[in-house]
Amino acid sequence: MINQQTKAWFKSGTPWIWLNAGAIAIALVAVFGLLLLILFRGMSHFWPANVEAFHYQNNENNLTVIAEIIESETVPLEALHNIEISDNTDVGDEYGNVTRYLVKTGNRDILGSDFRWLYDIDLLDREQPENIMALERIEWGNFYGYLNAVYENGNLVTDKEVWPEFIDRLNRTNDIRDQILQLEQGDIGAINYQLERLRLKEKRLQLDNKLTDAAIKELEEQRNNLNQEYGVLLQQTQKLYQQINRDSIKATVMDGSEVTIPLEKIVKAWQPNKMSTLNKVGYYLHTLWAFITEDPREANTEGGIFPAIFGTVLMVMLMAVLVTPFGVVAAVYLREYAKQGVLTQIIRITVNNLAGVPSIVYGIFGLGFFVYFLGGNIDALFYPEALPSPTFGTPGLLWSSLTLALLTLPVVIVATEEGLSRIPRSLREGSLGLGATKAETLWRIVLPMASPAIMTGLILAVARAAGEVAPLMLVGVVKLAPTLPLDGNFPFLHLDRKFMHLGFHIYDVGFQSPNVEAARPLVYATSFLLVVVIVTLNLTAINLRNKLREKYRALDG
Amino acid sequence: MQDKALKTPIQTRYNQRALKDRMARYFVASGGISVIIAILLIFFYLLYVVIPMFGSAEITEGATYATPGEGKTIHLGLEEQGTIGVRFTDHGHVIFFNTDSGSIVRDESLDLPANISSISSNLDLVVLGLENGSALAVQYKFDLSYPDDVRTLTPRLEFPLGQDLLVLDESSQALTQIVIQLNEDGAGLAATTSDKRLVSARYTREESFISEEITTELTSNSELALENTIRSIALTPTLDHLYASTDKTLTDFSLDENGFDGEKTKYYFKHEITQLKLLLGGSSLMVGLANGEVQQWMSVRKDNGRELTFIRNFHANEHKNAQPVTSIATEQQRKGFAVADSKGDITLYYSTSQRTLANINTAKSSIENMAWSARAQNLLVSDNKNQLHLYKVHNEYPEVSWDVLWGKIWYEGYDEADYIWQSSASTNEFEPKFSLMPLAFGTIKAAFYAMIFAIPIAILGAIFTAQFMAPRMRQTVKPAIEIMEALPTVILGFLAGLWLAPYVETHLAGIFALLLILPAGFIFCAWLWRFVPNKSLLEGWEAMILIPVVLFLIWLSMILSSPIETLFFDGDLRMHLSNEWGLNYDQRNALVVGLIMGFAVIPTIFSIAEDALFSVPQHLVRGSLALGATRWQTMTSVVLPAASPGIFSAIMMGFGRAVGETMIVLMATGNTPLMDMSIFQGMRTLAANLAVEVPEAEVFSTHYRVLFLAALILFLFTFVFNTLAEIIRHRLRQRYSGL
Repeated sequence: MINQQTKAWFKSGTPWIWLNAGAIAIALVAVFGLLLLILFRGMSHFWPANVEAFHYQNNENNLTVIAEIIESETVPLEALHNIEISDNTDVGDEYGNVTRYLVKTGNRDILGSDFRWLYDIDLLDREQPENIMALERIEWGNFYGYLNAVYENGNLVTDKEVWPEFIDRLNRTNDIRDQILQLEQGDIGAINYQLERLRLKEKRLQLDNKLTDAAIKELEEQRNNLNQEYGVLLQQTQKLYQQINRDSIKATVMDGSEVTIPLEKIVKAWQPNKMSTLNKVGYYLHTLWAFITEDPREANTEGGIFPAIFGTVLMVMLMAVLVTPFGVVAAVYLREYAKQGVLTQIIRITVNNLAGVPSIVYGIFGLGFFVYFLGGNIDALFYPEALPSPTFGTPGLLWSSLTLALLTLPVVIVATEEGLSRIPRSLREGSLGLGATKAETLWRIVLPMASPAIMTGLILAVARAAGEVAPLMLVGVVKLAPTLPLDGNFPFLHLDRKFMHLGFHIYDVGFQSPNVEAARPLVYATSFLLVVVIVTLNLTAINLRNKLREKYRALDG
Repeated sequence: MQDKALKTPIQTRYNQRALKDRMARYFVASGGISVIIAILLIFFYLLYVVIPMFGSAEITEGATYATPGEGKTIHLGLEEQGTIGVRFTDHGHVIFFNTDSGSIVRDESLDLPANISSISSNLDLVVLGLENGSALAVQYKFDLSYPDDVRTLTPRLEFPLGQDLLVLDESSQALTQIVIQLNEDGAGLAATTSDKRLVSARYTREESFISEEITTELTSNSELALENTIRSIALTPTLDHLYASTDKTLTDFSLDENGFDGEKTKYYFKHEITQLKLLLGGSSLMVGLANGEVQQWMSVRKDNGRELTFIRNFHANEHKNAQPVTSIATEQQRKGFAVADSKGDITLYYSTSQRTLANINTAKSSIENMAWSARAQNLLVSDNKNQLHLYKVHNEYPEVSWDVLWGKIWYEGYDEADYIWQSSASTNEFEPKFSLMPLAFGTIKAAFYAMIFAIPIAILGAIFTAQFMAPRMRQTVKPAIEIMEALPTVILGFLAGLWLAPYVETHLAGIFALLLILPAGFIFCAWLWRFVPNKSLLEGWEAMILIPVVLFLIWLSMILSSPIETLFFDGDLRMHLSNEWGLNYDQRNALVVGLIMGFAVIPTIFSIAEDALFSVPQHLVRGSLALGATRWQTMTSVVLPAASPGIFSAIMMGFGRAVGETMIVLMATGNTPLMDMSIFQGMRTLAANLAVEVPEAEVFSTHYRVLFLAALILFLFTFVFNTLAEIIRHRLRQRYSGL
């Protein structure tokens, strides 16, 4: 009876419908799971987790490890056969499982590595001492330990409480560091840039056979002025360097030894176990802000990602400026001016299919055609003074924007065409019937009505361009750009410069950096930022498109 | 006058408007057409870079003149750029001359005590065998200087083994053949004597730092008596094999530190052997025969030790009146060579690609000596009528042929012909291996595993979304899938490489268990659902109900993972795989790529398939339901057949995307160009290969052009695939509109 029912049930197809439903459920779980994974991992990095002191036993010795717990997992003993744990074989819970913790000990300069595994079975005790101090350093990653004393020029500062005194002095040091950075990158950088321009000017004059004595003298004068300015600035920085070296601290690390750390090497200090939740939130927002606005350090594995954000945004903006007019003109031509026949249809399909051509192919084309062919010729014509070092004949911002503009051109054309095709005929005919020319109809009726469609196309293009990495690896992205492509030196926008990019940053830090383990949270954070930008852009485009459709549905009715 | 009167303000304005209209028309048309041309440019530029690779070489005669200086030419050499030539005469003179005019730059006598009876060379090192049984090694060098900004080359001679003669044959017989191999701390020489003996000797050399004086010391010598007269010999750079030819026999004598160790192997030929020559690197022996053929032989590891093996032959004049090979000149930086015969025919070949590149005959008489310049752009030739010919050779891309790109090639150092991609290495003698097969294979493999994962989820999901899902849920599902499509692949690749790959490695059994647990779980849920009252309210929300189920089942599989491994696979599935089934496990493998790239192509397939399924005319569906078919029967027998071309085109689009995907593969595999279909091994795809190698490839080198060819293939492949899919879709749309 039941058997027959079941058979009939199978025959009705209901289980198969559920199977189909399961497929879409898997896809949804995958999407949201992935987004949540990135959100969680990316955002938890900035939280000032408590630092614990673990007391454990290893080969009869009692040791203390001061560290942050990164993750914990329960694994079967069999999976650990290649790792040496205590000789006591009768360990683990009733299933033969052990819990282990991945902890971040910091102090890479002393311990050799940032991370280690701790096994629950070896632990004797763990506690969270209030006065543990965590330091973010310029080099060697984080430091964990206990603050002992503050020194000024090697002399102990005794009359004040240690921690507030340390924070005061750290703020002073950070101020001086900012000043030095401002001097070195801003003012001295500008002088170097001008000197380089003078050198090129001289070479240019020489090439044109216009290098007269008067010209040489003038150049020499300018150069001397710059060198003088440089000298003054150099003295200032040297003075600042002396000041920054004034203070230092002594701190105890987990094995009980004392180390001296100059304040100049410290970016930030906090006492996580003392902080209230509100303090932690404040600290969290502060670190997040620093991450977005600061320059990277230590081969991109620490510090912020500001240049990458800046480079991505600038490149995408340039690309948008390039792609919009061309895409719109091409779409208008295809839809409004070209004779609608087989040829136009073929062109339409071709354009459509170019969106499916692998992006790396565009990269190859960009490198071969834009960089080597166009760039090489531009250099030979306009920048002979800089040769053999290339100006435009090397990957750079302009070529990246152009390549991506070409890559996203189909997106804009298709979206614009769709928008144009949705505009009711009656509107066009009305305009023409009232005596407007075709151009006037286009400019005053058709294009304004199609503008949301054009916006949709543009947003989709920007979203695609912002996430594209493969072609950029060939035409202009670098792991570390010394200068931003936009600065205060004439001509302000440097199209020939290489730039940093969020997507490439992820690839580079995640796969090419020497300390992947330590850099991983940073990559998650960068990924999260990129995902937020792209998802926002896409959702905007989807909304815009839906509104547009409704609007035309109303017009049609 | 009348015209002027007509130009009222309105008229003028009208004219202006008409002008503007025309200008707008031209502007849009020219703009639109130029954008389309720009897009087509991609294809033509790629083609423009690729095509030169398949052109043949050019050889033209640059100059001909009577041999400068006295005596008979026994050896020729060329400076790097080919501007200065050098000839060794039988009287022991070394004559440097300008190759364009033949004017003598320098004539130096070696002041030898006896006549030269044999000579051979190894790049710019020349060894002379004398009639008194002794030998001398000479190296010609050119010093570059710029007096008054003019590039000037000054020739000079060096004696790497000292200026004193080395006594090779103690019984002072004339040396009839001689060869040398020089390395950092010594040299090996071998020679034949006029009384049919084979002699070999090894020397160590030391250069004093102060006086730069060279002292050589004999470390070993040995000899063998032979029955026949040897016509030609060749010594390997490792000094362990001496090849000697007599008439139609090639003998491979084995050597050790003390000389001949007694082992020899004979090989018999159909035709008389006229020339023996080692190719660059010394691993290939080129055998020139009396019928004009040249054969390439290599020492290959066989079951019973190493053995000379025939690899390929070169015989461009096979069907003409073939003449014996009189000279073989091997290129100094590549595996190419020139072959000359007794009628003055010179043919350029390239060994690996087995290509015949060019042929010229202007000498019309037997060629005796040939010499290449370093980059193989000049070929200097002497004939038996005392004439010298300088040929200009333009031969940039001989390494590539259809076979090299797509066939199995037997490379030096390998035991059999194989598909190999290996584009660069550290040594000069390295030969790039440009088989696109492993890359194409890797591309297909990655796409295949991605599709295995993506197709079921995307198509089944599309069926549910288009036909069974509640409209309100559909409104949120579609944007969610679009977001999925927009996720940057660099993030997916990063997650694949750094999160999923280690996770899959530790939860392998659980991942495979999912394949069973998920479908079974869904059907079990459906069965349970029968007992839920009031379920019609939730019809169309099944997918939503299943989301927690999916989460639960995934969690279940993951915690079951290690018990499964303990129960069935001795605690470690990976060990079990390699022990029991011989499957090696790479952490970054096709499984990881399949999962993540599948994730990336699901939205492509889903959107198009869903579109096709959704736009099946509703009256068909309603008609079927009205006739009493269940929803599922309507689905399988009405909707699916109608939409199947659309689904097919969706799969094609998805495949096209998987083929071109770069970042995921780059980050989630080890990028090793292997040809192994195993799901636990990595691969290297065409796209990832481009990303890795293009920045390093020298512009317009063969490597660069091969990479452009790979890009062109990717372009054409995806383009054709997408166009086909688009045409199918177009047809389908027309059919629907007809219904």
